[in-house]
Amino acid sequence: MTITDAPKILTSRLGRDDSHTLAGYLDSGGYAGLRKALTMTPEAVAAEVDAVSLLGRGGAGFPAGRKWAMLRQAPTTYLVVNGDESEPATFKDHLLLERDPHQLIEGVVIAAYALQVTQAFIYVRGEFALGLERVTAAVNDAYAHGAVGRDIFGSDFSVDVVVHPGAGAYICGEETALLESLEGKRGFPRIKPPYFPAAVGLYGEPTVVNNVETLSNLPWVITNGSAAFAALGAGRSTGTRLFALAGHVRNPGVYEVEMVKTTFRDLIYAPVLGGGVLGGRELKAIIPGGVSAPWFGPEHLDLPLGQDEVAEQNSMLGSGSIVVMDESTCVVRAAWRITRFFWRESCGQCTPCREGSGWLEKILRRIEDGSGREADLDLLMDACDNIAPGLSWPPKQTTICVLGPSIPSSIASALRMFRDEFLVHVKEGGCPRG
Amino acid sequence: MSDRHLSDDVVARARSLVGLYPHPRSALIPICHLAQEQDGWLRPEAIGEIAEIVGVTPAEVLGTASFYDMLHTEPVGRYLVSVCTNIACMLRGAYELLDHAESRLGVRCGATTSDALFTLEEAECLADCGRAPCLQVNHRFFGDVTPEVFDALIDDLAAGRLDDDVPRHGTLVRIRRDGGLRVDADVLVAERDRSRAAAAERARRAEATGAGASSGGSGGGS
Repeated sequence: MTITDAPKILTSRLGRDDSHTLAGYLDSGGYAGLRKALTMTPEAVAAEVDAVSLLGRGGAGFPAGRKWAMLRQAPTTYLVVNGDESEPATFKDHLLLERDPHQLIEGVVIAAYALQVTQAFIYVRGEFALGLERVTAAVNDAYAHGAVGRDIFGSDFSVDVVVHPGAGAYICGEETALLESLEGKRGFPRIKPPYFPAAVGLYGEPTVVNNVETLSNLPWVITNGSAAFAALGAGRSTGTRLFALAGHVRNPGVYEVEMVKTTFRDLIYAPVLGGGVLGGRELKAIIPGGVSAPWFGPEHLDLPLGQDEVAEQNSMLGSGSIVVMDESTCVVRAAWRITRFFWRESCGQCTPCREGSGWLEKILRRIEDGSGREADLDLLMDACDNIAPGLSWPPKQTTICVLGPSIPSSIASALRMFRDEFLVHVKEGGCPRG
Repeated sequence: MSDRHLSDDVVARARSLVGLYPHPRSALIPICHLAQEQDGWLRPEAIGEIAEIVGVTPAEVLGTASFYDMLHTEPVGRYLVSVCTNIACMLRGAYELLDHAESRLGVRCGATTSDALFTLEEAECLADCGRAPCLQVNHRFFGDVTPEVFDALIDDLAAGRLDDDVPRHGTLVRIRRDGGLRVDADVLVAERDRSRAAAAERARRAEATGAGASSGGSGGGS
């Protein structure tokens, strides 16, 4: 087991108590990337980002450079930062917002300059009260420092940055729902096409939406150059990435590791990272990329943490969350809780998602509570199939957005991997674990 | 203006919020938070005045607000205790914690104590899974919450010992943006025009070199 000595791109400052302040940020090299970017042409800055294969860190993993390239046909009007981190067990943007807000703001201004955008919005999940306060204070300080606002660092480039609070809705992490929310409406995902906000975004204007972690990489990329970033990782998965490790591990937390060069086993078992399964128990299953992702078993532990490597095994790295479940876990209960989440958070626009999630939650609950029937196992799969026909990966879609097709992941995984446990619940009249 | 429900301070801050956005309606949710800061929840009178400020009907404000978990159209206690029970916290005892919270506060999940001090709710993932099980009080985080930690927290809140850390329900962001937009509208328009002209020039050059088709654009889904 080896942990690479890749530099800390995103978390270099987190050892400092004052990492969230302007003084602490400047003292650790802050805003040097922006100063350098402003000496380059916007096209050159965009080319640097394009060159590093910076895959979006929000969940879909779409290359940031390609997202930006779409805007070169029509000039971008708005840059929107997606800080609505709500995928269960994902808590890395939360960390970046609270502990290094200036790094994000610097990334925002670099992106705005590359895209020649004059207005940026940072949409922060409403529940992040401290994050909202830290980012708001940092934006105030950045204006005073001349890093945001008019004529930034004397460059003649100007951009305003507005911090916008959400109000509690998982679905607003979906970028078109986020834009609706930012327009002051219910967070209803928009019907596609148009697929990309680059075509029709905020107020109908071309818009780029990037994730907090994605943009937080930019100061380092510009300061150290695209070659240094691209030298890390392998294939399309370059650089480092933040992984939020949770559940039955000794040391849950957010870890920055080099992509591809690090495996699930490294992350979960290395003493300096996860430290192994809680209480030395056996690993039962892991959820590799947020609860929308199909589960893995112990046989996948040596899989590299790379976007394509995980996709080839029919799951996803998604939001960078990894949940460890040990041998004591009731998988029926785990699948029920995840399904209950989707049921509560479905926006209600599409019937398969709105109704399907509720039916699935009820069936799982009755199996767990001891009122299940053997036929319920097929019923679960049938209802899942109605939401995502064929239950393939990536899932087929009967709904406006991908929330619906994410529902079957945990249920199909649990049934495929642990069908016997469902049958025991049915036969013994409830959960054997009590 | 004395018959208005929202205070002069809230209205002034609401109007400056409107000024931050190209379209007034974008300020709707941030202003709802301000109204909750004043009242602890969204009173019907506040909804009417928010509608006026952003230029929509009260029904549109209510229709938007009712979509969001954090915007309350019914009164909640001074302290909203949100216990996360999603997967990461569940694996570390969140439901046992929720059971304990119900018996300690003497209310079922979703209800408010008779002294109107505490409202208990079951929350979806709050993104603090490194310290599971976690909870929020008025959206301030508390992690690694055992029953003992919970009891001490409730005692401290009831005695007002945490007033500096946990403002009463509704106060979300205590830092105020110090000023409106700094870039004048004419500067923005000029910059946007320059940007458009530059983009048109880039497109013209790309077309002239025959490379236009390769510069991305209307690709399929991700």
